[in-house]
Amino acid sequence: MANSDTNDGFVVFDRVQKSYDGENLVVKDLNLSIGRGEFLTMLGPSGSGKTTCLMMLAGFETATHGDILLGGQPINNIPPHKRGIGMVFQNYALFPHMTVGENLSFPLEVRKIAKSDREAKVKRALDMVQMGSFINRRPAQLSGGQQQRIALARALVFEPELVLMDEPLGALDKQLREHMQFEITRLAHDLGITTVYVTHDQTEALTMSDRVAVFDDGRIQQLDPPDVLYEEPKNSFVAQFIGENNTLEGVVKEMRGDVCTVELDGGEIIDAKPVNVAEAGQRTKVSIRPERVEYNKERLQEGAHTLKAEVLEFIYMGDIFRTRLRVAGNEEFVIKTRNAPDQVKLQRGQQIEIGWLPGDCRALDA
Amino acid sequence: MSDATQNGPMLAADGRPLKASLRRALRRQKMRALMLIAPLLIFILITFIAPIADMLFRSVENNIVSDTLPRTVEALDDWEYASGETPGEPVFDAMFVDLFIAAERKEHTRLGSRLNYQETGISSLFRQTGRDVEDMAEVYEDQFDALNEIWRDGAFWAELMGDPDWFAEAQGAEDAGPRFRINDEMEDRLPRTAEAYRVFARFTQNEDEDNPASERPWPLVHAMLYADLTDGAAIDAYTGFGAEELTAAKEAVPGFEAPTYREAFLEVDEDWASVEMWGTIKAYSGEFTSGYFLNAVDRELTPHGIETLPSDQSVYLKLFWRTIWMSLTITFMTILLGYPVAYLLANLPMRKSSLLMILVLLPFWTSLLVRTSAWKVLLQQQGVINDILVWAGILSDSGRLVMINNQLGTIIAMTHILLPFMILPLYSVMATIPPSFVRASKSLGATNWTTFWRVYFPQSVPGIGAGSILVFILAIGYYITPALVGGTDGIFISNRIAYHISSSLNWGLAAALGSILLAAVLVLYWAYDRIVGIDNVKLG
Ligand SMILES: Nc1ncnc2c1ncn2[C@@H]1O[C@H](COP(=O)(O)OP(=O)(O)O)[C@@H](O)[C@H]1O
Ligand SMILES: [Mg+2]
Repeated sequence: MANSDTNDGFVVFDRVQKSYDGENLVVKDLNLSIGRGEFLTMLGPSGSGKTTCLMMLAGFETATHGDILLGGQPINNIPPHKRGIGMVFQNYALFPHMTVGENLSFPLEVRKIAKSDREAKVKRALDMVQMGSFINRRPAQLSGGQQQRIALARALVFEPELVLMDEPLGALDKQLREHMQFEITRLAHDLGITTVYVTHDQTEALTMSDRVAVFDDGRIQQLDPPDVLYEEPKNSFVAQFIGENNTLEGVVKEMRGDVCTVELDGGEIIDAKPVNVAEAGQRTKVSIRPERVEYNKERLQEGAHTLKAEVLEFIYMGDIFRTRLRVAGNEEFVIKTRNAPDQVKLQRGQQIEIGWLPGDCRALDA
Repeated sequence: MSDATQNGPMLAADGRPLKASLRRALRRQKMRALMLIAPLLIFILITFIAPIADMLFRSVENNIVSDTLPRTVEALDDWEYASGETPGEPVFDAMFVDLFIAAERKEHTRLGSRLNYQETGISSLFRQTGRDVEDMAEVYEDQFDALNEIWRDGAFWAELMGDPDWFAEAQGAEDAGPRFRINDEMEDRLPRTAEAYRVFARFTQNEDEDNPASERPWPLVHAMLYADLTDGAAIDAYTGFGAEELTAAKEAVPGFEAPTYREAFLEVDEDWASVEMWGTIKAYSGEFTSGYFLNAVDRELTPHGIETLPSDQSVYLKLFWRTIWMSLTITFMTILLGYPVAYLLANLPMRKSSLLMILVLLPFWTSLLVRTSAWKVLLQQQGVINDILVWAGILSDSGRLVMINNQLGTIIAMTHILLPFMILPLYSVMATIPPSFVRASKSLGATNWTTFWRVYFPQSVPGIGAGSILVFILAIGYYITPALVGGTDGIFISNRIAYHISSSLNWGLAAALGSILLAAVLVLYWAYDRIVGIDNVKLG
């Protein structure tokens, strides 16, 4: 857009709030800027307000407060059918009384596109999702995965700049879901469409997105690319929600710039990277990813704090070993190690010492 | 299960063929299921199928003529209406016997009423003649009496006509006595007398519960004896009981004064000479008749074929047509009014839609009669609506609208009464249309109207179909409301059917009208299936 210099984002939520009943805020002060061509995922537990945000963007709900901008223009007063936003619904919402072809040609017809153009576009969109031969079928004659593709093609056939998807893969089985994840990202990037994708499945969010907005309680907890989100969670909710995570509780003893010392509730002392703690004496949850824990003494860093641990369970999973330990009173402490030729296999009941790089151990809010 | 080497049928664990075992298991299941639904099945059979079958049967059934006038019907075989002449003596003779017996059984008036549907005047003719037929027979009885007093004696007649064994038992027996048996020899020698006597004896035993051995026979028996004797009865060789009296009588009968039956009938009523009247009897003498159906479509089966009734008498076709177009109008009105309501019901928030649902169902909690009467109060010329319009100055006092006791009244009241039957199926279908369809359509760029017309409406069509069939079928057979607010030109065919059932007692015609109504509904149902498809009907 011409005046996009005043606003770097293609889609902007500016201090948006939403309440359905006038008592509770379902969305609290949402600020979000999505770049053109970006694939952004809203990730969060059920009821965290993701769908509500999407519906406000699509125009089916109105924001109680704040502005939503699309290409620099406020769209609060534009009705949904004039926003030109493609949408994919969880139940696909394919019109059962129309054939696949009619479903796809519907958005073109309402845009008064000439018949020959329409046919070409429908055909192109169907080929895009490899469903060209199903043009005369009814939705009821298609499998779930096929319906999903048609829904995708229908949302794209009128060439919108922005596509919204609300848990579009929720009804598919695991294998199909993984395949479609790939297809959707490929299409989105090939066509250069801006995509807002809603899911409660963190793997889906991590594998598909350019950036992920983690929602909880009506707020964005963290907005970052997947790798940052995983490796540098900003608070303990994100750390817990994304990937597997070990938590140890304690009190900050000393702050030394980049490193702080934490006294765990069992009395052990460890080093950690202060992320969400400001001063000594604060309670904290220390978070360590299972694959960053080391027990091979030779690989442990010189001078690093170590902890005693007892092996409770050892699971052979092929590519990795998954070991459950008792560490500082926590019996759910899990470590993952690669199945390498030199890797030591632990025995149940074995007493070991574990350690990690201080940078991998993050002191977060309690 | 079975090894691959085995060539015969697959066997179950107990050694029986697997197929037989399966069939037995399934049969047991089916029997159990059938037993569960048996009460309902029987109920439906008795209350639904049987009445319809009875109605269909009644609409063509016509036993009454051949049952009441069997001899006449047979005698009329030789007579043609086209000849233009009154039937001959044998027909009058047969009619005399039939009518005498019918009069004794008091069946002649019923037959008269039946034939009166086809030709007015027959009813009174039969009633009149039924009274006088006894006199016609008494002419003979008196002359036999005069000849010999013994012909007045019941015991003599019983001994003469009855089987000797029977007579021995019957003599002095209590009440009706043993069942009458005819004397075979008499049956040969005096066939008509024997037949008449048997009818008399049976009737006496069954209806009067008296002993024929002590009852004086009907004068009909005397008349038949006269007929047998003049016909050259073979009694010369007869030597049994009463031979002497019979021989004497045979010698005397040529001297009897005996008018022909034709003369006797014409004396009672000139109408017996009417070719039309005899033609009607002949036309309706079959066991089945198309007469009722012809009447039901304003035609008439006359002796000279099927005729269209004059327009001032043809009511039914007009009435059928009116019933159908008014029912269609009512159905259409219920769609028009019910669709928005059903839409609101399906799309309002729970609390509001429950309240609305109560309002929709409210009419079911009040009597149909009350609702219809309420419309009378509202619509009549001195009613609420006219009063308000006059008060508001929209109408002048003399220009009050006529909205009741005509077609308008029927349409308004019935639309209101049948509205829930449209709303409920519509609602239950609309409730299953996911809101995401509407959202999807709008997100694809469709305006509200396009969304409604191209996405929402097509999916609600099954509800319209179900509601329309329900309302139309209810409307086409509706009775109370048209009767109360329809006046003369707002009544339906069912009001005529009711009239024929309860007032004119022409059940055959009522059944024919009902059958045509049933057929019309089935045809419309078939047409609907053809055009819309019955799969497109959904009640939820
Ligand atoms: N139409 C609505 N009316 C009232 N409350 C609603 C409505 N839609 C959603 N909510 C409430 O808003 C909250 C957020 O819902 P939603 O946006 O659907 O969450 P998510 O999609 O993240 O699961 C939930 O507590 C839900 O109960
Ligand atoms: Mg949701």
